[in-house]
Amino acid sequence: MSASRLLFDEPGPRARRRIRIATVLAVVAALALVGLALRQFADNGQLAAERWRPYGTWPMWRYLLEGLRSTLAAAAVSIAISAAAGVALALGRLSPSRWLRLPCAAYVEIVRTVPALLLVYIVLFALPRYGLDLPLFWKLVVPLSVSNAAAFAEIFRAGIRSVERGQLEAGLALGLTRGRAMRLVVLPQAARRVLPSLVSQSAGLLKDTSLGYVVSFAELLYSGKVLANYNHLLIQTYLVVALVYLVINATLSKVARTLEARQRTRPSRAVADAVPAAQPTT
Amino acid sequence: MNVITDHLPEFGSGLLLTVELTLLSLAGALVAGIVVAAMRVSPVGVLRAAGMAYVETLQNIPLLVWLVLAVFGLPEIGVKAGLFTTAVVVISLYQGAYTAEAVRSGINAVPAGQGEAARALGLTFTQSLRLVILPQALRTVVQPLGNIAIMTLMNTALAAAVGVVELTAAANRVNLAEAQPIWIFVAAGLAYMALSGVVGLATGTLERKLAILR
Repeated sequence: MSASRLLFDEPGPRARRRIRIATVLAVVAALALVGLALRQFADNGQLAAERWRPYGTWPMWRYLLEGLRSTLAAAAVSIAISAAAGVALALGRLSPSRWLRLPCAAYVEIVRTVPALLLVYIVLFALPRYGLDLPLFWKLVVPLSVSNAAAFAEIFRAGIRSVERGQLEAGLALGLTRGRAMRLVVLPQAARRVLPSLVSQSAGLLKDTSLGYVVSFAELLYSGKVLANYNHLLIQTYLVVALVYLVINATLSKVARTLEARQRTRPSRAVADAVPAAQPTT
Repeated sequence: MNVITDHLPEFGSGLLLTVELTLLSLAGALVAGIVVAAMRVSPVGVLRAAGMAYVETLQNIPLLVWLVLAVFGLPEIGVKAGLFTTAVVVISLYQGAYTAEAVRSGINAVPAGQGEAARALGLTFTQSLRLVILPQALRTVVQPLGNIAIMTLMNTALAAAVGVVELTAAANRVNLAEAQPIWIFVAAGLAYMALSGVVGLATGTLERKLAILR
């Protein structure tokens, strides 16, 4: 909490009283909001126990968890494809050859400014007209991979550029080719440094899989839609779906934050090992 | 190319709606973001916790889930608002969480001496935040806010999934009528690129005007 110390000191008696008043007001406001929401629910009969009881039973959850499994599968495949494509694009964008650099840069810049939903519509409605009708799973995974590859490329590029030039030069001096020096020396260090960003981008991609709602691929959100059409518990179903997303993504962001904090406090093992070695031996 | 010129009105109104959605949501996101960021640095513990809960909840649930929940769920509990209004409010609140994080990082980037000087002059928390810290913080986060603006532009497309006929939905409708997907979707893509180009230029200009060199 050292950052928040910027704007206030240790409170004195008057400040403490003001903070107490503000606390009470904030709690009252929060309770009023919750009360208002509950009243709206109650007035429209949405609080009735039988409208919530289905979500205490296994079949409903089994259906949603089935959807969650598809969400995770789509996300995993899409992460793998777009991370691999991202590495390739980042290397291409940093390559000495203009014929590689320009197309890769163009891809990244173009895709970053086109909404994922437009790509989904292209795969859904444009490609079938040209005889390319993908299975549902790929109709979701392909546009997500296409759009996230650009984001991953930018992350990897930042990582590669953050690795000191000397690392690549040392690799070249040892007689490695440029490709091998990149693969064996630079990329492992770059990947380590951008790991937190990779995790949070993956969390973003997991959120994007909710576009399965448009594709009618039975991931979590679309499963929720089907379920809500079947049991007519619209609000309840979508709230449960939202809760599942919240749990999954909050866990992922926590992982990203932990990784980031760990990197900040502890230098990577390579650096730690290098420091004592650099001490002159007398 | 004829499909584009034939359906210029549809594209035009879609484009207009996209621009309106983006601008209104951005304004809303800026307000929500500044309020939440202020809560997160305030001396009141409850407000800090509430701000954090807001950011975590909004960021960790996909925007499309929020849109579906608001557009189809709210009428069920008797909250009836227009489709466009609902979309603007939801996108504002969602982007507000990201804006709050950007503004907070800007607040943390303001040198501690500024806050100390403000307190030494006898300014209260709200005064020092409003008069000293925020003006400096906002100037340092022009670039991140520009990225959020582009992200907002991209995210307004999701409103198409719940029935707002903005640019993406307009392109899709024209395609359903004309069945010439390539030109139609390329045109929509180019329009989005042009819009983000404008946002990028605006951000660059603002940044040059406002940035504080430290």
